[in-house]
Amino acid sequence: MNIVTTRRICQGFFLVLFLGFCAVTTLGDQWWQLRGWPVNWMIQLDPLVGLATLLTTRTVYSGLLWGLATIVLTIILGRFFCGWICPFGSIHQFVGFLAKRKQSIPAKIKLNQYHPGQSIKYWILIFLLTISTLELAIDLIRLPITHRLLFGILMLAALTGLIFRVVRQASATPGKIGRVFLIFIAVWLLLGTFFNTYQTSAASLQIGLLDPIPLLYRSINLVILPLVDRTSVSVSTIPRAYDGTWLIAFVFLSAILLNLAVPRFYCRFICPAGAMFGILSRFAIWRVGKTKNECIDCGLCEKNCEGACSPTSQIRINECVLCMNCLNECRHDLMTYQIAPSASGEKFTPDLSRRQFLVSAVSGAAAIPMLRISGRLEGSWNPALVRPPGALTEKMFLSRCIKCGQCMRICPTNVIHPAGLQGGLEGLWTPVLDFRIGTSGCQFNCIACGNLCPTAAIRPISIDERLGRNRYAEQGPIKIGTAFVDRGRCLPWAMNRPCIVCQENCPVSPKAIRTREVFNPIDTGSALIVAKADALYIEFQGTGPGMDQWATGDYYTVVLPSADHRPRRIVGNWERGLRVAEGLPFELPPKSGSRVEIQIRLQQPHVDPEHCIGCGVCEHECPVPGKRAIRVTADNESRAPEHALLLKR
Amino acid sequence: MTLDPNSKGLDRRQFLHRLTKAGVTITAACAAGFWFHDSKGPFPSEHQQSNLDLKDFSLDVPKQKMSIVRGEDRAVALRTALKSLGGIETFIKKGDRVLLKVNAAFASPAMLSATTHPAIITEMTQLCFRAGAASVTVTDNPINDPGSCFTLTGIADAARRAGAGVVLPREDLFSPITVKDAKLIRNWPVLYKPFTDITKVIGMAPLKDHHRSGASMTMKNWYGLLGGRRNIFHQDIHGIIKELAMMVKPSLVVLDATTSMMTNGPTGGSLSDLKNTNTMIVSTDQVAADAFGASLLGRSIDELPFIGKAQAAGIGTADYFKLNPVMTSI
Repeated sequence: MNIVTTRRICQGFFLVLFLGFCAVTTLGDQWWQLRGWPVNWMIQLDPLVGLATLLTTRTVYSGLLWGLATIVLTIILGRFFCGWICPFGSIHQFVGFLAKRKQSIPAKIKLNQYHPGQSIKYWILIFLLTISTLELAIDLIRLPITHRLLFGILMLAALTGLIFRVVRQASATPGKIGRVFLIFIAVWLLLGTFFNTYQTSAASLQIGLLDPIPLLYRSINLVILPLVDRTSVSVSTIPRAYDGTWLIAFVFLSAILLNLAVPRFYCRFICPAGAMFGILSRFAIWRVGKTKNECIDCGLCEKNCEGACSPTSQIRINECVLCMNCLNECRHDLMTYQIAPSASGEKFTPDLSRRQFLVSAVSGAAAIPMLRISGRLEGSWNPALVRPPGALTEKMFLSRCIKCGQCMRICPTNVIHPAGLQGGLEGLWTPVLDFRIGTSGCQFNCIACGNLCPTAAIRPISIDERLGRNRYAEQGPIKIGTAFVDRGRCLPWAMNRPCIVCQENCPVSPKAIRTREVFNPIDTGSALIVAKADALYIEFQGTGPGMDQWATGDYYTVVLPSADHRPRRIVGNWERGLRVAEGLPFELPPKSGSRVEIQIRLQQPHVDPEHCIGCGVCEHECPVPGKRAIRVTADNESRAPEHALLLKR
Repeated sequence: MTLDPNSKGLDRRQFLHRLTKAGVTITAACAAGFWFHDSKGPFPSEHQQSNLDLKDFSLDVPKQKMSIVRGEDRAVALRTALKSLGGIETFIKKGDRVLLKVNAAFASPAMLSATTHPAIITEMTQLCFRAGAASVTVTDNPINDPGSCFTLTGIADAARRAGAGVVLPREDLFSPITVKDAKLIRNWPVLYKPFTDITKVIGMAPLKDHHRSGASMTMKNWYGLLGGRRNIFHQDIHGIIKELAMMVKPSLVVLDATTSMMTNGPTGGSLSDLKNTNTMIVSTDQVAADAFGASLLGRSIDELPFIGKAQAAGIGTADYFKLNPVMTSI
């Protein structure tokens, strides 16, 4: 079989597999829905996720180790991931193919010429990785302060190495090398004393913004599948809604449509994962190249060159995505995939000057500290930022979340949404709970998001831990926030209407919403005066309201003046009188001329913050349609001790 | 890096070179991957228990001491009180490094008596140096902006003029503290660093009305050592005052009741809130000092539950007559 056909089958397989993973990431009763399918596998295969989280957390979490397989194969084979696996790449390739299929051969060749702008993706990679490296870098800078002995040993080793070199090389200048070495140590020591310990929590992960795999997961999960849900092939029982997806859709659509201008635009100019593979392919054992330098320069090999890597002349190994189209197109069988370098020579490092590298690295290093001047991670944290149960403390969370949207996809009730700017620019597209959207609040017995999260930004908690049972009994259930009653909007508090839907739906046992019974007098217009009465009936002198208006079971009556102030429940009324329940008749029938007061019995909700877990079911169910009368904020969330509301008793 | 297009294919040396580099990179990547692999995921960080606690700075005396001096001049009164207890030398030895925990809570002038008066800070610092103290440091974590508080109260100026150092509460000076047998002060950030190199601690507090706890005196003064979102402790104010007194075992406390804040505490803000009670209390027992202070505010000990709680915790005695306080007038 032709190598290009093989590649196409491989691409198709992984694209279908990927889309399948997205579709099955649904909790439900169907066999094809989530039943332990390895739906994170494509993220795990992406070594940029593994590398960036390694830099921020100094760990490679669970399945992210799969990225190692990709790295090893890339070092041996080159950028096979881009050309053979990456579903985003396959989409680009296909759209690019559609766009240029009717163009002339020279036009196609022109589209695939190397462009100096292709080094932009390396700037992006460096920028995003420096963001993640900052904390590590500061710890390294502080090494002379924190680990004096280690620093001493390192410097001694360096000095020995230098002396060894000076002795071996006749041309070396010991004076100059010595000076540089001393200045180096002095600068390091000075910088080390410059940073304080408490400033080091600077790790942040922004790789997910442009890393193609999280980007594609996010776009499919939050834009494409919700659109599919609104057709006849819906994958969810109730169409999914996500807040603020316009920007996600805009990025996705731009990336796709740019293929109309330049094929594989995203891969060539933007993709930070592609840039990383480009760097890794430097020592590739096998590579594409020409067997003979001399050829007729027909340029056909560049007709469908996906990487724009100049196979005609000096091939750029770091840009070659191994599409193998050149092998197919060359009429003279000059193009091959072999161990020897191309006969026309090759380049295998990106066109990146030291200055460009520095600009990217310095802006990356400055980005997060500058954003954090806002104080959003300290005192002025946003209480509207309710994170899913098991989410780590905000700083740790931001050093892990890749914004892939898997938690938002799997959440059975659709309460997890991509954040806009609630968590600052840094928290863009990270999960935040919105209890008005979706089918219910955050479910009491659900731990789906944490067990799916590919980077453990939301920890994989157990049901026991979530509910504070068994060995977690002492620490109690995980709280994601606290509900607060808005007494100005609540029906029983402000509007003399019975309700307590919030109390009924509170899933905590004993309930975290308690009620207090009150009897409030209602306005009956003109005063109602007793004409005559017996133990159960009162007849008015004037006229009251219409038939059975007070017969709902919530209305009570008290006759004034009287020694007996117990409200008696009204079971029926007509225009000129009312009847009270037989359980509590008037012992002395009300006297003619006394005043009848009508009261409504209300149960006013009170939140017990000690037991409230912030699940937001109350907020979801609250019948006040717009801004709910009971709302959850992140106050008292378990993940941040400094957000505690109550003193522990 | 570029390969020469004229080179004839790949020679063995070049290939081996490349193979080695690829091999080394693969080995390094695999080693790093497996070394840092974490199959379980992170744990919540709050489980780290702090075992840090403040040292015991109390003096090894057979009997607690207390002196009560009546007089209008607070500096003279302080000197007299210390003299009546055997002089400053009884408490401060040569070479001692002394920490003065003052009340600098509010950015208001000294005349409003919401903060420790600079005059007694000057006097105490000078006395300590006269007794041979190696250093005197003044600190507090105020409620208002620290820089403004230390400046506007005159405390920083008084301390520096007398030769004392002033430590403002920077974030890196706090450490989580767990007080033994305490319920509230567990893993709580406390202004710890200024205590690390210290041999004697003197608490210096003004006598003030306090709406939540009833009175702010020498025990409540330690609240200014707490960091973090400490106001959560107002949910159990008497409990926290007791635990603060458990946390700090001072060498000496000074309760300045020359001018007392009788109403609108603890901020005051008007001269009409103040009353000249013309009293200076110096004691090694903070519970006794506070118990006597309560009487000056016209409050009974029953109205100030933290005093009873502190006594029950064995910190001191509310029955200050047991200490045979030296009473002097000037």
